[in-house]
Amino acid sequence: MPASTRNWILACLPVGVVALVVSLVAWASSSPLKKTTPIPVVVNEDSLTRTVRQVNQLFEEQWKDRELIPAEQADELTQMRRLSLALHGTIPSLEEIREFQAMSGEDRLERWTVKLLEDRRFADYFSERFTRAFVGVAQGQFIVFRRDRFKAWLSEQIQANTPYDELVRKLIAGEGIWTGDPETNYITAAVADGNLDRNKLTGSTVRAFLGQRIDCAQCHDHPFDHWKQADFEGLTAFYGQVEVQLLGVRQNDNLKYEVEDRNTLEKRTVAPQVPFLNECLPEKGTLRERLAAWVTHPDNRRFERASANRIWGLLFGVPYINPVDDLPAPTDLAQEPPDLLDILGQDFRENGYDIKRLIQIIVASKPFGLSSSTDNENAEEIERATSEWALFPLVRLRPEQIIGSMLQASSLKTIDQNSNLFMRGRRFFSEIDFVREYGDLGSDELNDFPGTIPQALLRMNGQFAKDNGSASPFNSVGRISSLDISNAKRVETCFLVCLSRIPTPEELTHFIKQYETASNQKQREKITEDLFWALYNSPEFSWNH
Amino acid sequence: MFDFPLYSQSLSRRDLCKVAVGGTLSFMLPGFDLQAAQKRGPERRKSVITLWMGGGPSQLETWDPHPGTKIGGPGKAISTVVPGLQISDMYPLLAEQLSGMSVIRSMVSKEGDHERGTKYLKTGYRPEPTTVYPALGAIIAHEAPDKGLEIPQHISMGNTQFPARGGYLGAHLDAFRVPDPGKNIGNMRARVGDPRQERRLENLNVVSQAFRRGRTTQTKKTLHQSTIDRALTMMSSEQLQAFEIEKEPAAVRAAYGDSPFGRGCLVARRLIEQGVHAIEVNLNGWDSHANNYTGHQTQSKILDPAFATLLTELKERDLLDSTIVLCIGEFGRTPKINPLDGRDHWPSGFSCIVGGGGLKGDVIIGETDPTGKKKKPTEPVRIQDLYATILQTLKIDYTKELISPIGRPLALSDGTPIQKLI
Repeated sequence: MPASTRNWILACLPVGVVALVVSLVAWASSSPLKKTTPIPVVVNEDSLTRTVRQVNQLFEEQWKDRELIPAEQADELTQMRRLSLALHGTIPSLEEIREFQAMSGEDRLERWTVKLLEDRRFADYFSERFTRAFVGVAQGQFIVFRRDRFKAWLSEQIQANTPYDELVRKLIAGEGIWTGDPETNYITAAVADGNLDRNKLTGSTVRAFLGQRIDCAQCHDHPFDHWKQADFEGLTAFYGQVEVQLLGVRQNDNLKYEVEDRNTLEKRTVAPQVPFLNECLPEKGTLRERLAAWVTHPDNRRFERASANRIWGLLFGVPYINPVDDLPAPTDLAQEPPDLLDILGQDFRENGYDIKRLIQIIVASKPFGLSSSTDNENAEEIERATSEWALFPLVRLRPEQIIGSMLQASSLKTIDQNSNLFMRGRRFFSEIDFVREYGDLGSDELNDFPGTIPQALLRMNGQFAKDNGSASPFNSVGRISSLDISNAKRVETCFLVCLSRIPTPEELTHFIKQYETASNQKQREKITEDLFWALYNSPEFSWNH
Repeated sequence: MFDFPLYSQSLSRRDLCKVAVGGTLSFMLPGFDLQAAQKRGPERRKSVITLWMGGGPSQLETWDPHPGTKIGGPGKAISTVVPGLQISDMYPLLAEQLSGMSVIRSMVSKEGDHERGTKYLKTGYRPEPTTVYPALGAIIAHEAPDKGLEIPQHISMGNTQFPARGGYLGAHLDAFRVPDPGKNIGNMRARVGDPRQERRLENLNVVSQAFRRGRTTQTKKTLHQSTIDRALTMMSSEQLQAFEIEKEPAAVRAAYGDSPFGRGCLVARRLIEQGVHAIEVNLNGWDSHANNYTGHQTQSKILDPAFATLLTELKERDLLDSTIVLCIGEFGRTPKINPLDGRDHWPSGFSCIVGGGGLKGDVIIGETDPTGKKKKPTEPVRIQDLYATILQTLKIDYTKELISPIGRPLALSDGTPIQKLI
C-alpha cells in the first residue's frame, strides 16, 4: 500500500469511528424506556371478556358439531413462550420467566399480555410485520423510498396505539416527503424505474387492507371471482392524481388516469369508481382521501375482517383464512350467523380499531391456549383438528424469531431497549446478517414453509451459532457453567433459557450424567456448549408449538 | 479430498458421515459411481438446465428482433449459425453457439404479473389460490429420483424472489438454493471434532424425542429431522466438489464471466457431470420499464458469455445430447416504447431458446407482429405445451395424474408436445 493511501486512511479512521459511535448512540437513544415498567393491572373490562366468550362459544359449538375434542390447555410457560414470540419476536428471557413465576393470580397471563404490549419491543416487532404486509421487503428505489423511516413511523403509531383505520387512511392519502412524512413511503414504495406503478398500489391496497386479490384483474377479468378488469382500472384511477416529485408525494388535480387498451393499443381515460359499496364513497376530498375513507368505512366489512385475519395470522403464524389476502366475500349477516372474523371485526370496529385490544382478545381465546400435542396418532384426525383450531399448530419461526431467540437464549437477562449498547448493537447487526443467510420469507411469511437444508446447516455450523454457543464470561453458556449450583439446577436452567420449559426426567438424567463426568470448569463448559447446541438445533427451538 | 480453511483435523468425509448420521442414512447409500459424464448412450439420464431471466426480458432485444421497424427500437440483428435465424446483435458469442438449439418466438401466457407469471412459467400451470404446483425441476426429482445423490437433486442458483418449489409434491423437493454460486456454499463443516459432534447429535436426539411425544405426526410433517439428516449427509459428501470452481482453469472461469450468473452456469455444468438432473440458474434485472435498451445491453453482457460458454462446454463434453437447456423469463415486453424509453409487461408473444437433450434443433417457431398492432403471434405456443414437450423428451409421462393434497387428480402437464420439436 502506498504511504499516501495509508496516511489518508489513518486520517479518516477517527472520523469514521466518531460517525459510527454517533449513529449508534442516536439509534440506541431513539426510543428510550423507563427502567422498570410496572406490571399493569387489567381493568375488568366486560366488553372485552364478552367478546372472548363469544369467540370461545363459536369454537366450542363448531368442535361439537364436527365431533372434535379440543386438545388440553397448554401449560402457562408454553403460552408465555407463544406470547413472547408473537409479540416480541423472541423467546422469554430467564429474567422474564422468573418475574412471571413470581406473579400471582389466575389472570396472570392476561396481565402479562398487557405488559408485553406496552413494551417497546412489541411496537418495533409489529412494525416490521406491518411493513412487510404493506410494502413488502424490497428495498425499493432508495432515493424516494425509505423503508427504515416507514418502519420507525409505524412503530411510533403502534406504540401510541393510533386507531388502525386512521393509520390506514394516512397511508393511502398521505402527502409530503418520504423522510419528513414517512407514511408517504407507502406510495413511493410503488415507484419502479422512476415511474409510479399505480397498478401495484391498487393491488397492494386491496390485498393489504381488504384481504382481496384483484391483481389478476389488472390484465383480464378474474377467471373465477367476480372482479372485472374495469373494477381494477376504476380503483387504480383513485391513484391517478398522485404524483411523486421533488417535493414529495403530491396531489395534482390536472392529471387524468389513462390506460392503454390492450387490443387497440389506444389510450382511454378511466374514471375513478369502486367495485362495491358505492354508498360508502364520500363526495368530498381528494381522490385518495375518498379512496381511504371508502376502504376504512365502518360499513366496509372487508376491512375489519381482513384486519382480524391478519392479526390472527401474526399471532398463530397461520391466518384464520389462508392465504391472508384472499378472503371470501362477507356473507349477509341477516341470513347467516357471524363467523370468527365477523365477531373479531365487529369488536375491532366498535372499539376504535384498537390493535392491542384485538390481540388481547385473540390470545385470551381458547384456541391460542390449546396444547400442540395430542394422544391421537391418526394423521387425518390431527390434520382436521389443526384446521379447526382444536389443536395448536406447529409453525416454523420466522428468521427474525430464530435469531431473536438465539440471542435472547445467549443472555440470562432480557435484551431490550434497556440493554447495553454492545448487546443491542450485536442484535441489530446479527439480525440483518442472519436473516439474509437464513432466507427471508418476504411478504409471503404467513405461508407454511418447512425448514431447508441450508438453514439446518446454518444453525448447526454457522459462525453465529458458534459465537453464541461458546462459553464466555458474558453469555449464558459461560455463566451457567460457572454458577455454583447443583447439576440438576444447571440442566434445568439451560432448558428454561432455551426452550422455556423444565426438562423431562429422562432429559434430566441424561444430562446430569454428562455433568457428573466433568471434574473442572473447562469440561463443564464443553458439556454446556454441547447441551446448548442440541437445544438450539432441536425442532422445539425453531418451531412455535 | 480437499482442504477446509476452518478445520484441519484429518478426518475423512466418509468417517464423519458415519459418525454424523449415526448409521441411519449412510448405509443406504450406494458407492459414488454415478458421475453422469462417464456414462454414455441410453445409460445416461437426461437433465434440464433452466436459465431463468427474472423480470421478463424483451423479445425484441433478445431472440425476436425487428430492426428498422417502429417497434424495434434502436437495436440491430445479427445472423447466427442456425440458418435463417437472426437474434439481437447484443449476443455475438451466443450467435456462434446456437447450432442444435431452437427458438420459439411465440410463447403466450395470460399472466402479466411478476409473481404469477413466474409461477406459471416455472410450473406450466397458471397459479391458483388452492394449489401450489410443482416446478419442472421438482417433477423431475419426484418422477425420476436419483438415489445415489448425496447433494440435493433439484438446485436453484443465484438470488431469486420466486425459486422453483416442490409445491404439492412436497417441500423436500423445493430447489436447494445457492445464492452465490461458485463462492463458499457455507456452513458445510461441523465446528467440533468427531467425539463431541457425536455427543451433540446424541443430545439432540434425546431432546427431540421429548418433543415428539404427542406430536409424532406433526413433527414428521415439519421435516426437521430429515432436513438435519440430509444436511449431515451432504456435509460429508465428496459430491460437494461440484460446487467448487477454483480448480477450473482460469480461462474457463473467465469465459463464463465473473458474475454470479456466469459462475452459476459453470457450477451447473459441474453439477450435470455429477448427476444432478434439475438445475436453475437465475439472472435478475430484466424488468425494463425505463431505459429498456441500455438495460438490455447491461444484461446481455452477463448472459451472452455465460450462455455461449455453457453450450460450448456441454457440446465439448458430449453432454448437450443428454441435457435440455431452456432460457426463458416470465413474459416479454410491449412492442410500444413508453415515454421513459422502457417497455412494459407483455405476456402475449415472447421468446425462449430451448434445445439439447434430444430435442430437435435449429427450429424456429412463430413470430410476433413486426408492426406491433396484432397482439397474437403466429403459431402461438402455450407454456404447458413447452413443458409437455420437455417432460416427454425426458421420458417422463406428462399425462400421468397425481393426487394433490386436496384430493384432486392433476396431470404433470396438461399441455400437448410441440410436434416441431420432437
